[in-house]
Formats: sequence, structure tokens, C-alpha cells
Amino acid sequence: MKYLDEYRDSGVAHALASRIRARVTRTWTLMEICGGQTHTIMRYGLPDLLPKEIELVHGPGCPVCVAPLELVDRAIEIASRPGVIFVSYGDMLRVPGSRSDLFQVKAAGGDVRVAYSPMQALKIAAENPGRQVVFFGIGFETTAPANAMAVWQAKRQGLTNFSMLVSHVLVPPAMRIILRSPANRVQAFIAPGHVCTVVGFREYETLAAEFRVPIVVGGFEPVDLLEAIAMLVDQLEDGRAELENQYSRSVTRSGNGPAQQLMDEVFEITDRQWRGIGPIPGSGYRLRDEYAAFDAERLFGASEIRVQEPPECIAALVMQGLKKPVDCPAFGTRCVPERPMGAPMVSSEGACAAYYSYRRHTAEVAR
Amino acid sequence: MCLAVPGKILEATDLGISRIAKVEFGGVTRQVRLDFVPEAQPGDFVLVHVGFAISRIEEEEAKRAYDALLEFEKEMPEDA
Amino acid sequence: MTGFVCPVPLHSTETVLLGHGSGGKLSSDLLHSVFLPAFANPVLERLEDQAVLEFGSARLAFTTDSFVAKPLFFRGGDIGSLAVHGTVNDLAMCGARPVALSAAFILEEGFPLSDLRRIADSMARAASIAGVTIVTGDTKVVEHGSGDGVYVTTTGIGVVPPGVNLSAAHARPGDAIVLSGAIGDHGIAMLSAREGLELDGEIASDSAPLNGLVEAMLAVTHEVHAMRDPTRGGLASTLNEIARESRVGIVLREDAIPVHAGVRGACEVLGLDPLHVANEGKLVAFVPMQHAAGVVKAMRRHPLGAEAAIIGRVADCDPGMVTMRTVFGTTRIVDVLPGDQLPRIC
Repeated sequence: MKYLDEYRDSGVAHALASRIRARVTRTWTLMEICGGQTHTIMRYGLPDLLPKEIELVHGPGCPVCVAPLELVDRAIEIASRPGVIFVSYGDMLRVPGSRSDLFQVKAAGGDVRVAYSPMQALKIAAENPGRQVVFFGIGFETTAPANAMAVWQAKRQGLTNFSMLVSHVLVPPAMRIILRSPANRVQAFIAPGHVCTVVGFREYETLAAEFRVPIVVGGFEPVDLLEAIAMLVDQLEDGRAELENQYSRSVTRSGNGPAQQLMDEVFEITDRQWRGIGPIPGSGYRLRDEYAAFDAERLFGASEIRVQEPPECIAALVMQGLKKPVDCPAFGTRCVPERPMGAPMVSSEGACAAYYSYRRHTAEVAR
Repeated sequence: MCLAVPGKILEATDLGISRIAKVEFGGVTRQVRLDFVPEAQPGDFVLVHVGFAISRIEEEEAKRAYDALLEFEKEMPEDA
Repeated sequence: MTGFVCPVPLHSTETVLLGHGSGGKLSSDLLHSVFLPAFANPVLERLEDQAVLEFGSARLAFTTDSFVAKPLFFRGGDIGSLAVHGTVNDLAMCGARPVALSAAFILEEGFPLSDLRRIADSMARAASIAGVTIVTGDTKVVEHGSGDGVYVTTTGIGVVPPGVNLSAAHARPGDAIVLSGAIGDHGIAMLSAREGLELDGEIASDSAPLNGLVEAMLAVTHEVHAMRDPTRGGLASTLNEIARESRVGIVLREDAIPVHAGVRGACEVLGLDPLHVANEGKLVAFVPMQHAAGVVKAMRRHPLGAEAAIIGRVADCDPGMVTMRTVFGTTRIVDVLPGDQLPRIC
């Protein structure tokens, strides 16, 4: 497959690893933001190709992992109502709420359906005029254009039975939290290539300058990530702190204009809770007032939801790169993919699940 | 974040205010919305996420960047 | 009491979940928490896909299976041919020569008779090709809304030839792991037929009876240690089961595992791993290294084994674990999924 196979080439990957090995003179801690990038790193065993001086920690770029517990509980509550058809991406179905998850709502008779696109939810709404269709709109900036289109089209079509439970989160505010933390160990970042495809990388230039930290916009295939790491190592060894774009075949400085226009029409920036991390100001999207009729949060009432996380779960620390999954006492024992205590063990992109599924055999886990 | 997969536009048709394309992904095809890449034409490669193309792949830029990597691979023999 | 409530862990749910039928960890949980304790007996506890019962000097293989395919008709087959092939294969996996099948139908009121005839004809054809007869059966009808058109349950009996001792517990360090062909075709064919995905491709289910292929393999040597057909849960689930039952480690080579281009494309688009996608016409066999080349050669001469390949070996380290050498030469675990593999967006 073109634009996939060549970025999985073993010869090129090994050459990049050699280059990194040749350049490195001391330890460096790098963070990849996006869960999809974490998945690739684990699945291809990239840590085994890199010199031990390079430590990779994993960021909070997993929208499933960071969807606030309150929102998951609200989704479960809405999905349990008779007359509601609750539509969600498959990723969210096993995320544990305080007492249940969407799979169990389905098992108990709730009409919970898996979709592969928000447009499917629109179709379901058009075909079921007597039912309330609610779409769980999670994601980072990458998924926002599609969700914006669904709401915009719903308004144009005059649908009265469609709404979206919006849980969009933005990457740069989360990076700021990480960079401002006194305990921060991250010295360079791989920025999320598909987020930047949509929104461009201007904001990341600002971050690189403000915090004097190297940032490279990286793709999702193993060669992309190795090249991004090589570029970061070059910067770190040179003492530079710039924004560079490894994923130039898809990312431009200003990003996707039509997508941003539609997002701006439908969404506005708001404060958001990040599961495990807490509230981050200006870190999410919500639907503008003109689209209030499609906002499930407004339509289904803000009933008081009390949330409870298991005390053992250290997801917050893992997602900020302060701890690794293997540092968690429950990892691999009380917390495993079929019995997750926290969100990073549920999603296949979550750092904990990725470590467990692909790399629990490695020496660092045994430590 | 997010799974976005590269595919080749085989054909594109207007559908009201939108454009739909038949995109090929290594042997399977799927309907994809081109609303966010109005400049994309049959023969172009696009990155697709949840049924929408989010970018048109810059083929020349991709070739340039990859050729640089290959040059590099020649200079840097892999160590076992 | 601190007032903390853990999120309800999946495995302690008190109702059946869809994931219980997926062939992954949840299915295993259901087996271990409900059925094994209730039925407790040594034959069942071997947890093979079939039971081998001894009657004097004869060994009879006995199996049952149910089919809830959705949709009922798909490229490469239908619920009927799937039922016949699946049952024949369960018998073939212990080396048995399949002899006869039963077929029971639970029909939903209102189901078109023309569809039922189509299914019956398909089953007759499949049985004839496999060399078995459908000798008994049953029919029940449930009210409209209580079923999915039709559910089929089968049983099958076969005869195990002397000297053949296949079991998921018999894999040994040093065994070569042989796969009969490309993985993922059935699961992708079924997903493609489902509404909403809009995935067009020429991928057909690989549903087929494997008894002829097995005979060809056993003609080379009886020393095949284990054999299984990787159905729901995919190759990953089957290999993990065998690694566990035999208490051995399994090491695979990613570059040796065949996957058809269309299946690969579909998996990329949906974010699926072919190792977790169902097959209905493939087998994986554990063969002592000295016989492996001969067995593969015999398989490749058979139409269902044309793409047969050695994909790995049994190691004596990390018992119970399946690992894979990636195309980069690094190692990763091949895990079992907790429940259904769902297409993902992240």
C-alpha cells in the first residue's frame, strides 16, 4: 500500500536507528503526544531499536483515555434512557465509568450502536424520527471537522432528534500543563501529525519558543517516528529548540483551511476536564449557542453526577509522562485490559494497554 | 492521534454541496467525503479519517523527503 | 469504608455480554465460571474443540457447534455451508475422518422458505464435497422478533485412525508451526457485508472443509502433535490457547504470515490486526521440525493448502506466551483480545 509500506521499511528504519545511536552523547527524555504514535512504537518494538540513552515517555494523546469520568457517566446515563439510540465509536464502549460502561448498558437492553463515522449517526437519526439519537463526539482536533460537519448538516436538514455529546480536547493546553509542571522530565516532543494536519503547527512554534523545547511534528508509521526522533536528537545535541515538520507530506504550517472554517462555525473553545489530570482551561471545544439544539449536554440536563476513580489508578501520572505504566503497582495484575481500572488500560492506544499487549515481556517490565 | 489511512481517489462525484469519492486502500474501496480537500482530484492520494479526507498527500514533497532518507540509508549501513 | 467504588470490572458482570461470544478472554471466562464447574468431567476439561471417546479399540470424535452468522448470506458462503464446514473441521482437527452430522434449526416466524431452501441446498452441497451425510436433525420455530432469521446448531461424529494423537496440549519445544494459508479472509468478508462500513472489495469468506487437507498431511506423518482451525478470535487466540494448554512458548515470524492484499487494506482502514480476525478454512499445525518440510510440500499440492507456510516454532521459554519477531527484527507479544475486536478511530 503506497504511503504505508515504504514507511515500514526495515532497512530505512535501521539506518535511522543507527543515525540516532551515532549522534547521542547523553540521555534524553522524549514524549510522543498521540496515542496512535504510542501504539506504533509498542507494536513495532521501537524501544528495542533505539539506544538506551533515549527514553520514550507517553503523552495524554488518547481521547478515549482523557474523556472525563463525568462525561463517561453522563454518556452511560443518556444511553440507558428508553427512546435513545446512543451511537459511539467502538473505542469508547469499554471505558469504565464510575459503576458501568456502555457495553453493559447495551447488554442490559440499551440501544447502543457502534459507528465508524458521525455521518452514520445522522443517517440513523433520519431513519428513526421517533427516537432521540445521541452521538458521542470524542476526539482531538483531528476528529473535530467530521463532528462539525455532522452537526452543521443536522441543522441544515432541520433534524430535531439528533444531538452530540461533545468531548473534544486540544493538545497544546495539555502540553503546557506538562511543560509547566515542576516535576517535568520531558525534554523534547513529537507533536501529533494528524492533529497538525487539521490545525497546522503555528501554535507549536509558539510552544517551542516559549518553553525553549524542541518539537517535531511526526507521522504515525515507524519510519516517521524514527525520523522524528532522529530530528529531535539532532536538535537536542545541537542545543537548538525549534519546530520542525517531519510529516511534511500531510502537514503544512496553516493546516486545513476548509476544516478549520467549519470547526470555527460550529465549535468554540471552552474549559475541559481531562480524566486523571483535572481541569485545563481553554482545552476543549463545545458547540456554539447557535447549535444548542444539537448539544446533548444541554438537552439532557446537567444532573449531579458523582464520580469515583479507583485510588490505585495512576493514570494521571502516566499520561503526563511522570510515571510509566510499569511503575503502577496494579499494572498487569489487578489492572489488565479485560479488567481495566483506568482509561489508559482500555484503549489500545492508551500507554498501559499498549505496554501490556505488546511489551510486557521486556526487561523493564520485569524490573 | 487518530487513525488516518492513505488512499487513492479513483473517482469523485458532486453530491449537493458536498463531494464524494471512491477511494482505494490497497485492494478495498470505500466512499469518502472530500468536503475538506476541495482541490483533490482522481489520481490524488488523500489521508482519510472517519470517512473524511483531511489532507491531500503532497506527493512531490513525500518523494523528496523519502529520497533524502534513502540517501541516508546508503551512507549509514545498518548495524546488525 | 473509604466510599470508593471501583469501576465495575468486565469479568464480574452478572449478565451475558456480546464479548462472551467473541472467542477471546471473555469467552474463556464464561467457560471457566459457568460451564466447567457445572459439567465437570475429564473429557470436557481437556477443552479441545472436539471430544474423543473410546469404545473398545475404536476412537470416536464427537463435536457440536452453533452458528449465528450475520448476514446469513455472504460472499463465499452462507450460514449453512459455514455450519457444515465448521463441524467437519472441528472433527478433522483431531485427525478424525468425519462421518455424519446432525443439523438443528431454530427458525424465526416469517423467515422466507426460499431462503431456507437455499441454506439447505448449500448444506447438502457442502456435505457432499466433504464426504459426510446429514443424518438427523430438528426444527423449532420462535416468534417473530425472537431470533435472527435462523440459528443452526450441529453435531458431528468421526472416527480417529489408530496412531493419531492430536491435542492442543501436545505441542513440544522444537515443533514447527505450519499455517495452511492467508489469514483474515472470513472476518473481513463478514464485516464487509455489514451495513455502515461500506467496504467494497472482492474478499470472500474462506469457509471450506479441511478434512481432505488433514488427510494429506497425516499421510506424510502421524507425528503431527496438534492442529486447530483459528476461527473466532483469529490466529492469535488459537496460538495463545495452544501455548497455554501445552505450556510452551511460541515464537512467530511476522514476515512469514500470509495475508491477502484486500484483507490487509481492510484491516488498515478499520484499524484491525489480521491476527485477531476470524478464519473458516484455515488450520495451524504443530509438526516436529524434521517432518515440517514434507508436510508443507504435501499441503501445497492440495487446493486448500496452496499458500501453506512455516510461520514460527515452539520454544521452551516463556511458557504460555506468544511472541512475534516483527519485520524490524524486534519482538512483540501477540496477545488475546478481551472481547470483540472493534474497528477503531484512534
